[in-house]
Amino acid sequence: MTRLDVRKTYKLYIDGAFPRSESGHSYEVLDGKGRFVANAALASRKDARDAVVAARKAFGGWSGRTAYNRAQILYRVAEIMEDRRPQFVDAVARAEGIGDGPAGKVVDASIDRLVWYAGWADKITQVLGNANPVAGPFFNLSTPEPTGVVAVLAPQGSSLLGLVSTVAPVIVTGNTAVVVSSYARPLPAVTFSEVLATSDVPGGVVNILTGDAATVGPWLAGHMDVNAIDLGGVAGRPALATELEVAAADNLKRVRRAPAAEPDWTDEPDLGAMTDFLETKTVWHPIGL
Amino acid sequence: MSNVFEYAPAPESRSIVEIKPSYGLFIGGEFVDGGGASFKTVNPATEEVLAEVAEGSSEDVDRAVKAARRAYDKVWSKLSGAERAKYLYRIARIIQERSRELAVLESIDNGKPIKESRDVDVPLVAAYFFYYAGWADKLEYAGFGTTPLGVAGQVIPWNFPLLMLAWKIAPALACGNTVVLKPAETTPLTALLFAEICQQADLPPGVVNIVTGAGATGQALVEHEGIDKVAFTGSTAVGKAIARSVAGTRKRVTLELGGKAANIVFDDAPIDQAVEGIVNGIFFNQGHVCCAGSRLLVQESVAEDVLERLKRRMATLRVGDPLDKNTDVGAINSAAQLARIRELSSVGEAEGAEAWSAPCDLPSTGFWFAPTVFTGVTQAHRIAREEIFGPVLSVLTFRTPAEAVEKANNTPFGLSAGVWTDKGSRILKIADKLRAGVVWANTFNKFDPTSPFGGYKESGYGREGGRHGLEAYLR
Repeated sequence: MTRLDVRKTYKLYIDGAFPRSESGHSYEVLDGKGRFVANAALASRKDARDAVVAARKAFGGWSGRTAYNRAQILYRVAEIMEDRRPQFVDAVARAEGIGDGPAGKVVDASIDRLVWYAGWADKITQVLGNANPVAGPFFNLSTPEPTGVVAVLAPQGSSLLGLVSTVAPVIVTGNTAVVVSSYARPLPAVTFSEVLATSDVPGGVVNILTGDAATVGPWLAGHMDVNAIDLGGVAGRPALATELEVAAADNLKRVRRAPAAEPDWTDEPDLGAMTDFLETKTVWHPIGL
Repeated sequence: MSNVFEYAPAPESRSIVEIKPSYGLFIGGEFVDGGGASFKTVNPATEEVLAEVAEGSSEDVDRAVKAARRAYDKVWSKLSGAERAKYLYRIARIIQERSRELAVLESIDNGKPIKESRDVDVPLVAAYFFYYAGWADKLEYAGFGTTPLGVAGQVIPWNFPLLMLAWKIAPALACGNTVVLKPAETTPLTALLFAEICQQADLPPGVVNIVTGAGATGQALVEHEGIDKVAFTGSTAVGKAIARSVAGTRKRVTLELGGKAANIVFDDAPIDQAVEGIVNGIFFNQGHVCCAGSRLLVQESVAEDVLERLKRRMATLRVGDPLDKNTDVGAINSAAQLARIRELSSVGEAEGAEAWSAPCDLPSTGFWFAPTVFTGVTQAHRIAREEIFGPVLSVLTFRTPAEAVEKANNTPFGLSAGVWTDKGSRILKIADKLRAGVVWANTFNKFDPTSPFGGYKESGYGREGGRHGLEAYLR
């Protein structure tokens, strides 16, 4: 007699814990061939607001860590993903309806992307900041600082590589994130959250909501304690993207606009995914005896 | 009050400035009549009407945008960076040559003291053009690409009319863009004089277009489909409206908006220097400064001493004729702004804060407000939360550094902040914790073309000035 397998309950990831949606709602997740895989938690407005509270609470500590420490933690995330590679290959293959070979390449690229971003933690300030030779006896230095709490509407198509490519650049510089995963392909994001929970990423730094960007997105876009929003998850939906950008203006969030179509995430990234969520602070001090 | 500090009048001559009875728009390299109505610009110190100025209609804006597009396509985008640089150097030099004329006109139209327009505004204007001129042929080293965006629509405020023009036009042109600029309704004259400077420099027609007008003209410019970039300096309310109006477009935006800066004085600060910094922070330019140090946070143990010395210093401020070379505080820019300052001040008193104004004789005509300090202010008071944009200081106290940071950051704004202390490690710690784009430590209200300026949170986004300022005009 074959053994009955023990299935996992897929939950949200908020403040370092794995709650169900407070709304009690879930939705069916199907695989690439349309077969039932699991029920995922359907994040509500309240879940989104709880996630923002957690992200705000985590911001001071995370942004205050040394860049070296953040680099090591992101590298640690890559290590744990590599360790759990078969699980991710399986999750991506089922979610995206591709074979294990192509799914393996996606997972490898995701791990490599994390390693790439991890290295930026203690270099971005040197690349983006500079001393300014003002015309007077003043020390004057400009440095990048994290914007704060960033809402990330993760890509709908690329369930893991797209997710990693939008979350890593946000947190590596010291921001904290509230992520809405791909709606139809949320399970790799849940598995990713389980990696985060065991990689020394402090609770609240990344919060992952499974659900619909079209229903949760507007609450995040209009939330007065969210500082920025990445609209990548509504690529190809210009009316919704415009609505979210309008809502974001309520507190002048920094907006990373949605492209016309989801990009090819295997392309080499530029600095934009980091710089869109950075501020420049300039400090002056007199020079004298 | 007769004492040794009594000064005889020392007015700067107006004769260097020739103000025409009426002005048109500067489109395609020449002055043209506007298709719409016109409005009057007045001297806020005397209420004298200075000139009639065209109020740009949406058709005028359209003409200007088309002229800018033509200039971009046919001339400016094809010039080498080195040639663009030389035009900007020429403009910088003409500004220096005509600096006294620009300063006097600025003080007449704006109300700011001549010693500020002469020693701060106009020298910085020349410096910004000189600085960005040099970038034009070095963009590949800046790290933001080398491709210009196209046509920039730029809307600027009345507090630093010419300086804000320089902040907008110099980097835009250096990067290869052309511009349509709308000066503020109450201060159009120096922008129109700048248009003459563009003519003297033989700047190709259409590279710079100046469309005067009020809010509707600015809105028509910002919403015009033919522009690629919006650069705005002004109120947070209008900034939000612009952010909404560009939603769903490909327009790039930079917004430099309001502020409510904390100026934090610790008990170990050199108090006399700090008092000078407090005065400069809030009374410079009549407090019409987005980064003004309008919330004084003073450590409780020295609060009494600081306030006593502050009041003594405020009593020596000379308020009056902007053209008098001894004047420290000039006229409020407009009747509307004066009404706003009066309203918020009366709210401050109604909410229980205590007002003290420097004793001074205000002229009987024009718009004036005596330098004023409010004590007993709490964080909930409107005068501690809203931008007054006038010579009004709100004083709060704190006990610990943590409390100072907490109070300083307790605002939706995040443009600037000040820290006064003798302890270096404390400066660096506090500067690190402040959520503001510019932090002045043991100084205040310093500006330089090499130094990026811009805010966090609802003070807007993007940076102007320095290498960072190029990013807004390149892709």
